[in-house]
Amino acid sequence: MTPNEFENLKKFLKDRSGLVLSNDKQYLVESRLLPIARTAGMDNLSALVQGLQKPGNRQLQEDVVEAMTTNESFFFRDKTPFDHFKEIMMPHVLEARSSTRSVKIWCAAASTGQEPYSLSICLKEMGPKMAGWRTRIVGTDLSTEVLEKAKAGIYSQFEVQRGLPIQLLLKYFEQKGDMWQIDAGIRAMVELRKLNLLESFSHLGEFDIIFCRNVLIYFDQPTKSEILGRLAKAMPVDGFLVLGAAETVVGLTDAFKPVPGKRGLFQRKEAFAASTTGSAKTAAAGGSATTPARPLAAGLGTRA
Amino acid sequence: MKQCLVVDDSSVIRKVARRILEDLNFEISEAEDGQQALDACRTAMPDAILLDWNMPVMDGLEFLTSLRGEEGGEKPIVVFCTTENDVAHIARAIRAGANEYIMKPFDREIVEAKFQEVGLI
Repeated sequence: MTPNEFENLKKFLKDRSGLVLSNDKQYLVESRLLPIARTAGMDNLSALVQGLQKPGNRQLQEDVVEAMTTNESFFFRDKTPFDHFKEIMMPHVLEARSSTRSVKIWCAAASTGQEPYSLSICLKEMGPKMAGWRTRIVGTDLSTEVLEKAKAGIYSQFEVQRGLPIQLLLKYFEQKGDMWQIDAGIRAMVELRKLNLLESFSHLGEFDIIFCRNVLIYFDQPTKSEILGRLAKAMPVDGFLVLGAAETVVGLTDAFKPVPGKRGLFQRKEAFAASTTGSAKTAAAGGSATTPARPLAAGLGTRA
Repeated sequence: MKQCLVVDDSSVIRKVARRILEDLNFEISEAEDGQQALDACRTAMPDAILLDWNMPVMDGLEFLTSLRGEEGGEKPIVVFCTTENDVAHIARAIRAGANEYIMKPFDREIVEAKFQEVGLI
């Protein structure tokens, strides 16, 4: 692929998906796009990039966007966000939404389903505490291919061994030959839809908790800011945003502030401003809703 | 440094496991079957045991059952590591006192993920 062709590919991906491809991603491009070129009967990536420019090559364009934006995913990936979910976010929701008994969660980069299914498992494992609660978990992704895999809920032996405790494998999966399929009950809890974060997502409604991990990294700064701004509008004042461990909102948006000491966890700035009655108190307490840790909450109030 | 006993009748598997676990800062000892492993545990209880199922002399499940009956035998965290990959085997292992279960073939990521799961790293 010539430098010119690489530039054309970069521009195409930026326009179509917002993905910003840095110049050191040559290897990634080759490993992901060569199979697509071959399937389309092309000899090399040059032919593929030229093919993208031709009008009417929609299937090829979609395949390329999908291949370049797909991530590897594990169950309970990075562990900490799921600890935060169980120990901070859900205790807060259980208290704050006790009158409506409803919790809405959105995984904005659902990929092959491991993250929304991990959250469903967490909710199931909470047992009687969730009795009578309505739960809505929406998983979205740009790629129809990964969403098909997510819907099937069938994973290889390798996939079910990274991050998934054996007890949960036994409890929530059924063995199908060499593969493992996640329980129909868990699958039914998750609503999977195709969505491009560059486009409006207001039709999805409001969410108490939004997981948007390791997806903003693909966008440039203005796009990141714009998406974060819209994410803030997609949640109530006391909602939670979960980003990847290496991601931040600093310099991108004023809409969110980090929950102190809780890596990757953010709330809307208004939650911090409400220092006496605000929800950030419970959130930052880090404990169960029944024993809010006062000192941390007070600290939060003064910071805001 | 935590001690891990690697129990497998295949020297190749023991070597692979040793390399992975040494990188994770474990001090490794090896046993070729359940009886050797039990003798080793009677001398000094390790912190962790990576345990194959099918072995001559004494198999992994028999070893685990005996171990859990020994004085101090409840202490080691036992991670099965075997080609037996069906639900019935896994359930039997857990009932016998295994803490985690790796289905072969395994790689570095899986060993690391499983050891993290049981709090060894």
